[in-house]
Amino acid sequence: MPEKVLMKGNEALAEAAIQAGCRFFFGYPITPQTELAAYMSKRMPKVDGTYLQAESEVAAINMVLGASAAGARVMTSSSSPGVSLKSEGISYIAGSDLPAVIINVQRGGPGLGGIQPAQSDYWQATKGGGHGDYHMMVFAPSTVQEMVDLVSDAFDLGDKYRMPAMILADGMLGQMMEPVALPESEGKALPEKEWAANGHQNKREHHIINSLYLQPQKLEEKIRERYERYHVIEEKEQRAECYRTEDADLVLVAYGASSRIARSAVNKAREMGLKVGLIRPITLWPFPTKAIAKAAKTAKAFLAVEMSMGQMVDDVKLAVQCSVPVHFYGRTGGIIPTPGEVLEQIEKILGGDR
Amino acid sequence: MEKDLNIVLAGFGGQGILFAGKVLAYAGLQEGHEISWLPSYGPEMRGGTANCSICISKEPIGSPLVVTPNVLVAMNLPSLDKFIDAVEPGGLVLIDSSLIDKKVTRTDVTVCYVPATRMAEEHGFKGLANIILMGRLYAEIPFCSEENLDAGLQKCIPARKAAMLDMNRQAFALGKASKE
Repeated sequence: MPEKVLMKGNEALAEAAIQAGCRFFFGYPITPQTELAAYMSKRMPKVDGTYLQAESEVAAINMVLGASAAGARVMTSSSSPGVSLKSEGISYIAGSDLPAVIINVQRGGPGLGGIQPAQSDYWQATKGGGHGDYHMMVFAPSTVQEMVDLVSDAFDLGDKYRMPAMILADGMLGQMMEPVALPESEGKALPEKEWAANGHQNKREHHIINSLYLQPQKLEEKIRERYERYHVIEEKEQRAECYRTEDADLVLVAYGASSRIARSAVNKAREMGLKVGLIRPITLWPFPTKAIAKAAKTAKAFLAVEMSMGQMVDDVKLAVQCSVPVHFYGRTGGIIPTPGEVLEQIEKILGGDR
Repeated sequence: MEKDLNIVLAGFGGQGILFAGKVLAYAGLQEGHEISWLPSYGPEMRGGTANCSICISKEPIGSPLVVTPNVLVAMNLPSLDKFIDAVEPGGLVLIDSSLIDKKVTRTDVTVCYVPATRMAEEHGFKGLANIILMGRLYAEIPFCSEENLDAGLQKCIPARKAAMLDMNRQAFALGKASKE
């Protein structure tokens, strides 16, 4: 077991990417993720990697597309307004079947919004963001250690399914320090990318990386093929943590920063004798519908807790399929809800049953 | 450590608030506790004040944002005014009394007035009022062993600044001795 060190979430994401074999980073500064790019600028040259501060977010994401097309393990990071700018490029990356890791350390929106933590980019991350029929895998860490672990998974699964993957964090996770054990995986062999456009000296057919298909039949065929992969992912890659849900009358659903607050509220409620549990989605796409549907068989109600006006709650409702009521509590604009506020909601919902 | 510590350190930018928090966090980590450290990075920081939340616990930490601290360290008046009402009854409040004239009117908290900035200047530890206050905090609540506390200091001060480590140790001891 490597020694635990204290790291900011932003720095841990960067180091984890390097440990996972990422050698190309294209970024552009924005609060609250700037430490990530700053860390990369110091560390990348030491591992013979490339750190490049692009002239804009749009440029950075297109550099990611280029590096990925050439077969490189590549990452970019930003915060909410910057991810909006990157969304065009993300659509192109998905449309070109390229793997890449995109980090969003969310802040309040819309527009320039604020710089405090928020979770109001859920729809953008899971329902598209860019144009066209596509998905990317979306991971939602809730601790600095999990940020480290999920970066490596995002790279590996992105390679496996040839698609972009996002780490959806927020300002709180990015800025906070927690103990982390970094994996000692530097130098591990990466999978061969047989499709890469990386030069072949006329020894094979040339590879074309492209998202343009002018023949509608061809485009539909391509998209259908992609959706077959998406269905496999929805079947095999759902992840969630179930906490004290076995006998729970009320199941909270929360991810990332708000799941930490929800967990504290669950523990307080349990101390009061209330049967409350928590499902914490770790993948947001694919959404852990199985874990939620299973809990819906025994729970009397659900409560989605988010740092938004209610976005993930839609997916909870779809998974619950109207079998029991789904409530919502959220704070937005950079406000972090307190466990006390969430406990109040729990008491209100369970009030009738006591 | 009898109970979880939910600490808020607050003051002006440049007083070493975030650094002091990191020392506590590393000491807690060495002791084998769960810890979290969350700085303010928002509008308040841009106005020149800095604060940070540190949780030291035996259990995994829920929200790292401390809303109701049981330890408050205030190094300027705006910080004291901002957080004093939030302190849990029975909590501990440490005040740099060389920078804050005001007395706390609450009677349900333990208040220590430590003239840390003046002590630092008198002993040639300019800029280490933060560490003096950490010494006093440790004297009030010894949440880890002295060895682990020292290891925390060593983790936070790079080896190339070895001279600083010694100064920090002395400042810490000075704060600790201020309890007597």
